[in-house]
This record gives sequence, structure tokens and C-alpha cells, in this order.
Amino acid sequence: MSPFLRALWKLALIGALSMGAAFGINRILEADQLVPLVDSTKGQPSEALSSLDREWTEAWAKADLTPAPKADRLTVARRLSLALTGSVPSLEEIRRLEALPPEADATAAWLDHLFADDRYPPYLAERLARAFVGVEPGPFLVYRRRRLVTWLAEQLAQNRPYDELVRELIAAEGIWTTNPAANFLTVSIVQGEDDKGPDEEKLAARTARAFLGISLDCVQCHDDKFGDRWDQRDFHQLASFFAQAEMTLTGLRENADITYQTRLLGDAEPSTLEPIVPFAPDLCSENGPLRARLATWVTAPENRPFARAAVNRVWSLLCGRALCDPIDDIPLEGPYPAGMETLADAFIASGFDLQHLIRLVAGSAAFSRDSRSEDPALPITAEQEAAWAAFPVTPLRPEQVAGSVIQASSLSALDGSSHILDRLRRFGETREFLQRFGDPGESELIEHATTIPQRLLLMNGKLVEERTAPNPILSSSTRLAHYAPDDAHAIKSAFLALLTRYPAETEAAHFSTLLEGQTGDERERRMADLHWSLINSTEFSWNR
Amino acid sequence: MEPLISPTFSFDCGTSVHLDRRAVLRGAALGSLSWMTPLATHLSRAAESGKTRPKSLIVIWLEGGSSQLETFDPHPGENIAYGAAAISTAVAGLQFGEGLERTGALANDFSILRSVTSKEGDHARAIYNAKTGFRPFPGLVHPAIGAVLCHEMPPTVVSTDLPRHISILPGSTPSRGGYLGAEFDAFQIGDPSQPVPDVAERVAGDRATRRLASLSVLEQSFAAGRRADLASERTLHQSNTDRARRLMSSEQLGAFDISAAPQAEQESYGDHPFGRGCLAALRLVEAGARCVEVTLNGWDTHVNNRENQRARIDLLDPALAALITGLKARDLYADTILLVATEFGRTPKQNIAEGRDHWPHGFSALIGGGGLAGGRVIGETDPAGEKIDPSAGVRVEDIHATILTAFGVDYTYDFMTPIGRPLAISEGKPIPELLAKL
Repeated sequence: MSPFLRALWKLALIGALSMGAAFGINRILEADQLVPLVDSTKGQPSEALSSLDREWTEAWAKADLTPAPKADRLTVARRLSLALTGSVPSLEEIRRLEALPPEADATAAWLDHLFADDRYPPYLAERLARAFVGVEPGPFLVYRRRRLVTWLAEQLAQNRPYDELVRELIAAEGIWTTNPAANFLTVSIVQGEDDKGPDEEKLAARTARAFLGISLDCVQCHDDKFGDRWDQRDFHQLASFFAQAEMTLTGLRENADITYQTRLLGDAEPSTLEPIVPFAPDLCSENGPLRARLATWVTAPENRPFARAAVNRVWSLLCGRALCDPIDDIPLEGPYPAGMETLADAFIASGFDLQHLIRLVAGSAAFSRDSRSEDPALPITAEQEAAWAAFPVTPLRPEQVAGSVIQASSLSALDGSSHILDRLRRFGETREFLQRFGDPGESELIEHATTIPQRLLLMNGKLVEERTAPNPILSSSTRLAHYAPDDAHAIKSAFLALLTRYPAETEAAHFSTLLEGQTGDERERRMADLHWSLINSTEFSWNR
Repeated sequence: MEPLISPTFSFDCGTSVHLDRRAVLRGAALGSLSWMTPLATHLSRAAESGKTRPKSLIVIWLEGGSSQLETFDPHPGENIAYGAAAISTAVAGLQFGEGLERTGALANDFSILRSVTSKEGDHARAIYNAKTGFRPFPGLVHPAIGAVLCHEMPPTVVSTDLPRHISILPGSTPSRGGYLGAEFDAFQIGDPSQPVPDVAERVAGDRATRRLASLSVLEQSFAAGRRADLASERTLHQSNTDRARRLMSSEQLGAFDISAAPQAEQESYGDHPFGRGCLAALRLVEAGARCVEVTLNGWDTHVNNRENQRARIDLLDPALAALITGLKARDLYADTILLVATEFGRTPKQNIAEGRDHWPHGFSALIGGGGLAGGRVIGETDPAGEKIDPSAGVRVEDIHATILTAFGVDYTYDFMTPIGRPLAISEGKPIPELLAKL
């Protein structure tokens, strides 16, 4: 770099640093200057929670398992921020959480905070959309995934009852752009075929899996080899409910003249199959348009598989692992793991209130277990983890890793109030990162190990380099190098911003040795290296 | 030279779901062997030679839907040709579309499938179908054929640092490991004129050492009190960090560097990313890669079909001919199956924009090498473009079953999938005419 450019760079650096100061870096570093979170007025639903806790306590005692200790406030906050906003919390948010009085219900206050965060609706919408319509781009023109996700986000922002939302998806009519829920149906359209309507079989499979937690499509082509619960007819009778959906000039409409025909295995000729639900037929009305009837049956409060499927979905989004695994193969008659039936009851009783369900899961004894034992000589066992007596360590999703790298490079929350340029840059960076990191798509709950390309990407990739290398604007490491009052403070802040925890004694000692007496450029580089190491640790890419 | 490490050494073991899957997935103990363990590449080749089975697969992936009528199944003189002429090839009576002269001259070296069918008419779903041999299924991602080959054919004696499953210019559809695990995902690279992404260390010397020392302090602290098998069986974080670092310093990265090839050879492939990708595929197979796919996109010609297909053909023809010639010149063709495939064909009838739309009811693929029969044509499409059932129809899964059989993999074997259902590796049937010589 020429001396001139270097001087210019320094000038920019000083400018940016003073701007940074104006934007309140000191305020973030000093907790006492921050406005604490508001202590929740709503609080946690304590009655349901204590009956849930009893269930788990009994289950653990019966299995002779010692539960892991309770996770601290910061650990719970990290889990919830990752699940509900797609990134770790910012240093500023952590400081505000810490400023809560000790007697406050931190989980309740943190959830109040996250439900009000404008990243919550779109992020949860995207996660739910994966279950509802998958990740495929779908047919050209007649399917707009983006519209569906935006619509879902709007419903979540209003905390619309889940049963209403699902009914609207199944029974949607009209044009996919003006009625975004219709995309649930149009995604299945196969272009270039004579039948221009949605594909009944794909929709039956999705409906059973996403809303009832049943893999009914396993009997799509033949009767179940593994039991006599379902036969091929059950699947196609469910598919028959979608047969009358037709594409017209005004979008999707029901056409009562259409019947559903298919050739069952072993039959020589196709037969007409009537719309009949695969279980609990008494809950299904006999009148009205087919999809409206189906929607009402699926979401009926008495139809418990609907509530169980929602519980299992929300549980897996928060915990990284389903309560009943696999997620869409929940037994119709049990047995169920501890928690399932009580959560389903509470969800139904709340009028299918998703935020209420999230509060219950987040406040439960199982969710608030630590993922490690107090005594390193007696580490957590597979049995403890399987029974939720310890929180499972699971891989973060690619966008959670990218989101956390980007979030941690800023000290305050990159929510909707952050600058538009910040958000645009985030979008571009994230997309590029995701492509290389690899998205597990439909198999997101099948646990994968870290891969070599993922390690290469985090060690040597552009995003991490740009977000950690000395740079007064893009990286918090440089700001901490200059603004933290001392080494201990700088190290502590980096750990909080990246790992949402304080350094252990050994860690603090190790990094103090590295920073001690370092000034100027070398100090910036050493802070960048500290950030690099934190980002490249297992802990950064895994939920704990 | 890298230290010799036996493939049974434990760091090769495992995936995150190791414990669950090991019990049910045959060969899962071989775990992440889609990456080769250290030793010089030629040794790996040498160790495997002497068998009659093919050892590598190259997939030339024509993304977007190449037109059978403009490539390997022209119907000159018929209405559906819209005046396009055809060229003769080295095989008497076999004609290709214009522009495929160099490939046509080698027509004895491969066979043409003219009756491929698929049940998917949408790009994403059809690509999935073609690459995995299965239709998309909620809750399960099937492995692409390259991942299956890596899983079923671990290196026999010794192997290399290089990834064994590679996707060059993958766009948004790189081949995936699916339920076999992300470690079987294809390693993605872009234009081979650019360095391999993310393998250059950003800092050097003391800084690099300090970073790694700090990392191990953090790892120790994370492990304390957590499950004892977390690092060794589930995250594989540390072992894969070590392996990534070995790759970063491996001399074998040179296989990706096509500028090391003679100038004349480079030129024969064409001066564009796809041509360079084909040359890199050749070099990677030579170095011991199990499956390399090279994507040439831009075939989705809903408008001005003939002109736009021709522009792609002009890139394809020299590169494909050079690849076959290069494989033969290095005695690799008998060991390597070459597949040129696409997700679906294009409608016999043109639309009003003189484009052709999606047509999964009879399209073409080219397959050769690896001891498969050459110079044959399988199947026939309707010259009037009316019928949707070609004669001697071949489903995409049949191509999978054929390739797997040629490699000696029992494609009927039931994997236990993570959703608890056994599923055959392929549900297709091999094409006997292609396997006649094996």
C-alpha cells in the first residue's frame, strides 16, 4: 500500500471509530448504561409448565437418569435467538438481558423481546414453509414461494391461530399472487401435462406429513409392508379431496364435476376413489367443497394428530431434534414421549396459539437442561440426551451460521432497524455462503457431521475474512481492539458476541497472554485472530 | 510426501448419525470415504487396476433440458425438424444434429439412448430425478449416483487427499450425498481457471499457529462435561479440520490446475469454463476421483430453440470429443464411464416463439466407456412427434441401474434410510444391450 493510501486508510479508520463511538459502542460495553429488557408482563404459563416438569422428572427417575444442570440465562437466550431469528443475540441485547433483575423471569422477557423482533416472523415463516411446500423453486409463473413465505410471516406477526392458518392453506382459492396461501397448492402443479390442476398425490403426502405428522405416502404405490395400519386406498382417498381443485382464468377453483381415479396395485383398471379421511371419519363433515371439508377435519381440536404434529414441529425448530423422531411419523395411538400429550393439550386449549406453544417448550424442564454435566469426570451420556435429561448438541443450519458470523461482527442487533445497506449486504453475503456451505433441504433434521468444505469455508472463506479482518466498519474485532477498556474486557466482549457466554478461566488466561502489551495494528490483528478462532470452534456452528 | 495412513484408521470413520446409521446402513463404517486418505494418487490407481470393472464416472450434465432433436435424435426431413439438417457419424446410419461433427466422428466409442423418459416436467424436480434416479420425496433426500459410487466403492488399498466426488460449475444443483450424509456431497469448484475456492490460508506463520493453538484451547473447554463421543462420532469437527488442512497443503491440488496441461491440449477443449471443466474432469479422474460432474447450462430454449441449442452445442462438441480422445489416449476410457445427460428433452412441436418446451416423454443421453457397448442406438421416438411413449423406452432410473451394474454394485440392495424405510439403491433395470460386453 502506498504511503498516501495508507494515510487515507488511517483517516477513514479514525473517522469510522469516532462515528462508532457516537453510535454508542461505549454504551454497549458498559451494561449499566443500557435500558434493561422489560420484565415480562405476560410471564410464563406456570400451571402447564409445572405439570410438564413433573412428567419429565418422573420419566427421568423411572429411567434412573440424572438430569443435567439447568442451563444459564445466556445459553437459553442463544438457543431461542438462533431458533427464532436465525442468529446469535447481539452484545447489546445480551447486556440488556443481563440488566434484568435476578428475580425476573428471563425466558419470558427474552421471548417478549424476540416476538417483537422483526426478524422473528420471516425467519419462522421460512422454517415452516420448508415443511409446507419444501425448498424447490416449483413451477414457473404459477408458483411464488416468496409470496407464500411473506404471507406466512404476516400471519405469524399477528400470531394468528395455527388452525386458521392451516385451513386457509388447504382450502385456498384464487390467484397465487393475490391469495398467497394458494401457493401451497400450486407448487404441486406439473407443467407441460394435460391435467393443469394441482397434483393430488403430492398434496395428500404434504398434508399428511406437515399437518398430521403421518407418512401416509409410504402406501402411495402399495399397501404397507410393515404393518396393517394403512393401505393404498387410504392414501388415494385422502388425495381425492384435492381432485376438484382446478386451474382457471381466475386461479384455483373447485369443480364439483371432477372425480379422482387411480389404478390400485393389482387392479387391471383404474377405479374412482371417493374422498374419505384415513381416520376419525366422524369428525369430517359430509357437506361443502371437498378441500374446505378436509381443512376443517385436519384442524379439528378433537383431531389430536394435528396438535401433535404442530408440537413436534415447534419442538424440533427450538431443539434441533424432534420430540417424536422421525418428525412426520408420529404414532396415531402412542406411546408418546414425556411432554407430547401435555403440550398437545395445552396447544389445543390455547386455541392453537403458536407463541403460547413456543413459551411452553422454551420454559420446559427439558428445554432448559444444559448440554453438559457439572462434573467433567461424568460427562453427559447418550441415554440422558435421548430422554431430554440433557439438551442435545445439534448442528446449526447454514443460515444460522452465516447469520451469526454477520451478527457478531456488529455489536448491536441487525434487525429491521439496522441500516438498509447493512441488510442488503447481509443478503448477498448469506446467499453466497449458503451455496458453498450446503443446505440440507428436506433432510434438515437428519443430523450431519461438519464437512470438509464447511471447515474450509469457515477457515478460509470470504465472509469470515471480511467480517473478522481488521476493519473499523465491518468488524467488531477492530472496534473492540480500540474501545474495550482493557484486555479482559475485549476478550469477554468477543466471547459474548460470538458464543453468547463468558470465557472460562483457562480461555481468558490463554487469550490475555496473546493480547498482553499489544498495541496498534498488531493488537487489531490479534483481536481478529481471536474472532477467527471463536468462529472456527465447534461451539460456534453447533447448538448447545 | 504425506504420511501413509491406512484407510481403517479411525478418523475416517463416521458421520454425525454414525451410531444410528452404522447399525442399519451397509458400509456406513466406511463413513466419509468420499474423501480419499493420504498417499500419492497414482498408487491409488495402481492398486485398483487389474480388475475389469470401471473405476470412475464422468457426468457431463446439460442443465436446462437439451433438445434431443438438435443433438442426438434428429429427424431430418420431418415436420418436427423445422428444416434442420443432420450430419452423419462414424456409425453407418446414425445421424446427429449439426454441430456435433467431432463427437460424431467418435460414435463407435459410445452408445446413444434415444428413448429416455422421466415423470418430472419441472426443472428442479427433473434434475433431482435424473441425478438420483428417484422422484423427490418429502422428508428424504436421495443420494446422487456419484455419492452412491463413493459410498459403495471405498478406495481399496490407499488413496489420496483429494475429494472423490466433485462437481465442476455446479450452479444451484450440485450432486448431493442425501441420506448417505453430507460428507458424500460433491466438492464444488467453479471455472478451473480460478484457484480452488477456500483452500488458501488467509494468514501465515505465527498467526496461523496461534489461531490453531487458540482453537484447541476452545475445543478442550467445549468438550468438558459433554458427551464423550461428540467430537469423534458426531461433529467430526476436529478431524475434518485436520483433513481440510491437509488438503490445503496437498500437492495433489495440482490435479485441479489445468494450466499444467500442454497448451495444445487446453486449446482442444475450448477457451471457456465448460471446456476447462472437462479437462479438469479428465485430470481428476486420472488422479483417482470416483465421480466428477461437469455442468453446461443454458439449454432451456423456450425461445429461438435452434439458434440457442446450437450455441450450446458449439461449446459441447469440441470439449466432449477432446475428453473422449484424452481418456483413450491415457488408457482411462476402459476404466471410466462417461455419461452425457439432461433432465428432460424438448417438445417435438415448436411454440410460437420458435422455442421448444419441456418434454420428458422421450429424450436422449449418451453413454460410453467403462467396457460398455459402443456404436449402438437404443430406442426410437415418433418421427411425427405425436406419441409420448417411445419404443424401447428407458427410464432415468434404468440408466442408474446400468451404471451401478457396470461398476459391480448390487443396485437392488436395500439401504435402511434414516426415515426407517428400506429402499433399493436403484429401482431401475439395467439396459442389457449396453452391458453385453461386461
